[in-house]
Amino acid sequence: MSFSWTRAGAILRKELRDYRRNRFVILTMAVLPLVFVALPTISLFTIKVSVTSARLDARIGLSLLYLLIIPAIVPSALAAYSVVGEREQGTLEPVLITPISREEFLVGKALAALIPALAVAYTIFGVFLAAAALFARPGVASAVFQGSHLLVQLLFTPLLAGWSIWVGIAISARSADVRVAQQLGVFASLPPLAVVALITLNVLSPSTGLALGLAAALFALDGLGWRAVAAMFDRERLVTGGRT
Amino acid sequence: MVCLALASGGGPPGSPPTGPAFRREMRTVLTVPATRLRRNQGSTPGGPDPEPAGPDPEPAGPLGGYAVAAEHLTKHFGDRVAFEDVSFEVGYGEVFGFLGPNGAGKTTTVRTLGTLLTPTSGSATVAGIPLSMANGPQIRARISIMPESPGLYLRLTVTENLECFAGLYELDDVRGRIQRALRAVNLADRASDLCGSLSKGLRQRVALARALLNDPAVLFLDEPTSGLDPVAAREVHELIASLRERGVTIFLTTHRLEEAERLCHRVAILNTTLLLIGQPGELREQLFTKSLDVRIRTPLDDPGRVFAHLPGLEGWQQEPSGYALAVSDPQVAAPEVARALVHAGADILSIAESRRTLEDVYLELIDEDVEARRR
Repeated sequence: MSFSWTRAGAILRKELRDYRRNRFVILTMAVLPLVFVALPTISLFTIKVSVTSARLDARIGLSLLYLLIIPAIVPSALAAYSVVGEREQGTLEPVLITPISREEFLVGKALAALIPALAVAYTIFGVFLAAAALFARPGVASAVFQGSHLLVQLLFTPLLAGWSIWVGIAISARSADVRVAQQLGVFASLPPLAVVALITLNVLSPSTGLALGLAAALFALDGLGWRAVAAMFDRERLVTGGRT
Repeated sequence: MVCLALASGGGPPGSPPTGPAFRREMRTVLTVPATRLRRNQGSTPGGPDPEPAGPDPEPAGPLGGYAVAAEHLTKHFGDRVAFEDVSFEVGYGEVFGFLGPNGAGKTTTVRTLGTLLTPTSGSATVAGIPLSMANGPQIRARISIMPESPGLYLRLTVTENLECFAGLYELDDVRGRIQRALRAVNLADRASDLCGSLSKGLRQRVALARALLNDPAVLFLDEPTSGLDPVAAREVHELIASLRERGVTIFLTTHRLEEAERLCHRVAILNTTLLLIGQPGELREQLFTKSLDVRIRTPLDDPGRVFAHLPGLEGWQQEPSGYALAVSDPQVAAPEVARALVHAGADILSIAESRRTLEDVYLELIDEDVEARRR
């Protein structure tokens, strides 16, 4: 059977409906990014008038890197819950006994984590841009609105979310407990945090080359992630709880 | 119910064969392999069965062959045997009961036939398609399995749950199918309710509606009344009975024997291996001697003398409330027994043909199997 977007879409619609009725999920997705947007926004207003152009660019670059932690963190809990959560609720077996393939199931689950992550991350980025346009000094605002900055945000947001989602689903497919899966899922956001830390500590210098290299690496990892998770998705083990 | 073979006493020397003899006779019957009983004694899918109502099942369906056929199907989990050497056929339109104690391998068999688990050995066809992981999507598209736990999304409404599964089966006319499925389980008026707000019995009905969405060629029901109160269980029974009336092929796993007896055309008894397969009435006749239960006010002084030489009497056994008589034909023997008792001056309270249930068959087989394994 070929890949069916109808089946993947059925999983996606079900997940989105489920989120809508679960206030705790919505609250978690909304509150955490607000914490992460606070620091870079405040940072914009503390930039002195006398700062050099290079220094200004570096400060803004670092602020924008903080924003990229959001797409890594927001979907990790959703992805980590996606398989093991259904298993614990007893809803996984009825789904697995339909004609759905593991690839369709995984894509449905991944999209269900990706869509809210992108919505939240882009909304927060919009808030950041609005704050810069309305309240930052004109020099700072024009630096924020540079094309390269906007492009990096638009490009890296889905790539980082993808990384986080596949790691989360992989953990979820192999875990026997929701709590363990969600705790391990947090580690998915560590690599982007590490990049931020390395740039903050001047170990890495932000540059177009570095950005393109990281983007290419993430793109490849996301593609491999889907394949790897599909290979790890074992119906028999999931149904029997690992008795095989 | 009276079991003639349980006590070791019996009649005096010279009397017709009593308890131990019945026991030996039953052992002989019990050791007949399931396949021999099935094939040699008329218990094929589609055979006459006066007990359950509904259309007679057809051995060959539209695709030819059986709805489900298993040949020496085996599943091991490492060293542990889930089920072994299981062979049976289920005809189209048949309600087939799969009985067994907890841990007998019933659910694992269903999961294997539903392509969730890979069999260790053996072969099967499900809905006319050879069982293999490669054929999994095709098989799963043509069958439905209702697991023991309904597994509903509790924050979604009944309709939203069914819409999700209609999408997973890529069904057309989703709204119409959902309405028909809900009408079939008498839940049309609860379509907009959140599943989390429904009682356990109603959730089970939603799960049944979900299983009916794709008009399955074979509907597997795994312990559908497990954990339900008697009223809810009766409602599920009625739903299954109505599906049987419509000619739906049902593979019902249960350890509720009255459920199987009431609903199934044929039953198989599994305890890791298949112990027996046949129609409930046929199994009763195969496993138990026909008998009369005789209740009298005071015990006979010399029952051996009273029961000796009665036509059609094959043995007798003293019971707390009277006597159990093994007879070849209760209709012929009962008047003779009554005359003999009156002649002996006994005050007769009742003479009745002993009716054995599927539960008697089941318990006898399971006990026998446990004893055999101990040996």
